Amino acid sequence: MKVSKLSLISIITFLALTLVFSISSKAQDSSAVQPQAVEATSAEAGAVEPAHEEKLNAGKLIMEHIADSHGWHLWGQTSIPLPVIVYNNQRGLTVFSSARFEHGHKAYEGYLLNEAGKIEAVNELGEVEAHTATVNKDITAATYDISITKNVFSIFITIAILLLIFTSVAKRYTNKRKGMAPTGLQNAVESIIIFMRDDVIKASIGEKNYEKYLPYLLTLFFFIWTNNVLGLIPVFPGGANVTGNISVALVLAVLTFIITLVSGKKYYWQHVFAMPGVPKGVLLLLTPIEILGVFLRPFVLMIRLFANITAGHIIALSFFCLIFIFGQETLYGTGGGLGVSPLSIVFTVFMGFLELLVAFLQAYVFTLLSAIYIGAAVEEHHHEEHH
Amino acid sequence: MELVKPDFGLVFWMTVSFLIVVFILRKFAWGPILTSLKERENSINDALNSAKKAKEEVSNMKAENERILQEARNERDKMLKDARDTKDAIVNEARTKAQVEGDRIVTIARETIQNEKLAAIAELKNQVATLSIEIAEKVIRQQLAGDDKQKALVNDLLKDVKLN
Repeated sequence: MKVSKLSLISIITFLALTLVFSISSKAQDSSAVQPQAVEATSAEAGAVEPAHEEKLNAGKLIMEHIADSHGWHLWGQTSIPLPVIVYNNQRGLTVFSSARFEHGHKAYEGYLLNEAGKIEAVNELGEVEAHTATVNKDITAATYDISITKNVFSIFITIAILLLIFTSVAKRYTNKRKGMAPTGLQNAVESIIIFMRDDVIKASIGEKNYEKYLPYLLTLFFFIWTNNVLGLIPVFPGGANVTGNISVALVLAVLTFIITLVSGKKYYWQHVFAMPGVPKGVLLLLTPIEILGVFLRPFVLMIRLFANITAGHIIALSFFCLIFIFGQETLYGTGGGLGVSPLSIVFTVFMGFLELLVAFLQAYVFTLLSAIYIGAAVEEHHHEEHH
Repeated sequence: MELVKPDFGLVFWMTVSFLIVVFILRKFAWGPILTSLKERENSINDALNSAKKAKEEVSNMKAENERILQEARNERDKMLKDARDTKDAIVNEARTKAQVEGDRIVTIARETIQNEKLAAIAELKNQVATLSIEIAEKVIRQQLAGDDKQKALVNDLLKDVKLN
């Protein structure tokens, strides 16, 4: 009884806080939304000073939020410029702050930021107005952009958090508290580690081989989870859509794929190329499917993580965009926006809780499936009777 | 389609940093944590096992005590039974011996009585014979008190002799 009462109070407090916050930040947000929309259109038109009201483009806004960018937008006109690092065979390595682009208005050191937020090479090496510069397609194609983008920066933050938490927890096991009952953070972390180790990794890979894969799988789980949770926080240092970015999901899936391939034993390959106990004719059909499956599994792993997290971001942003869509002068005006906001907030809070669950669930599922794939690869020849 | 197009820079940084994190955490976090977890689990298991063993030992001891007690009880019962048997045997033997002795005494007594009786009878016979002789002497003396009577007797005797 007491617990449920407490949680009820905390939920109500959270709702109230969200309401207050959303109302107070409404002004900021609308000012944050509009300049972006303005910039985007002004870049197209080449106009620098748009004073008139722009129509809100929710789709574009949301896509910009979930995409990677070269600066970390904080509020209003304020954003953290991130380092741009580009490499080109002809021009060498170029490093400068993304603030030099002046939100895409200027080209710098022969590069400019296009509308999609991508870096393109231009012919003029000096600082010129972006709209007068000509893009050099050949050099652009041979240019490698390894800038510290918002997502890369977010990954660094995640890594810092992971290192901080786990090295400090690890110290508890080696210093004078060694061998004593766990306390505090150590307790929380330990229970998750034990859960992952015993119920996920050991159960999927098997008693004999699981220990070798623990570091990778545990890091994978905590990395995805931390990133997912950070992505749910709307303000800096959160809000980046890292795990919902196809590149990040791709890297994780490829790592699992490589580990699966490298640790695949004879029994595994035998089952892929020539399933024992299956007639030759059927093998002709089965083997291509099995080979396809080897590639399909990590692919699905990637898509699942990417789609789930991106969808979560899109939904949360959509509910907030509703407020501003209804608040447009052409629709219902400020009253409309205020009227819709409670509904939006209720839905966003609900989605927030759901996303909190999804954040854990996707990390768990990714790790579980990785463990199952590795488990299938290292499986020994021991249950003949199944075939 | 920008959304599903992997970005070279992000793939690069992600791969590099993730691998570094895996290696750092393996060395400085997972290694110590997992090792100590295992050690702790082992020590808990050991403690539980030894507790179980101690419990077993105690119960074994209890069983042993019970067994010894039972043995002692059996021993006592056996001793009591032996004693009773011995007593019975002694009593029986004594009784038998007494019986035999009694019988023997009775037999001897009977024999003695028989002998005494025979002796008495023989004595009596002698006495009777003596008495008879004395009586006969006295009768004869009476009968031979006169000469004539002696002559008559001699005659009689002579008659008999003649006859023989």
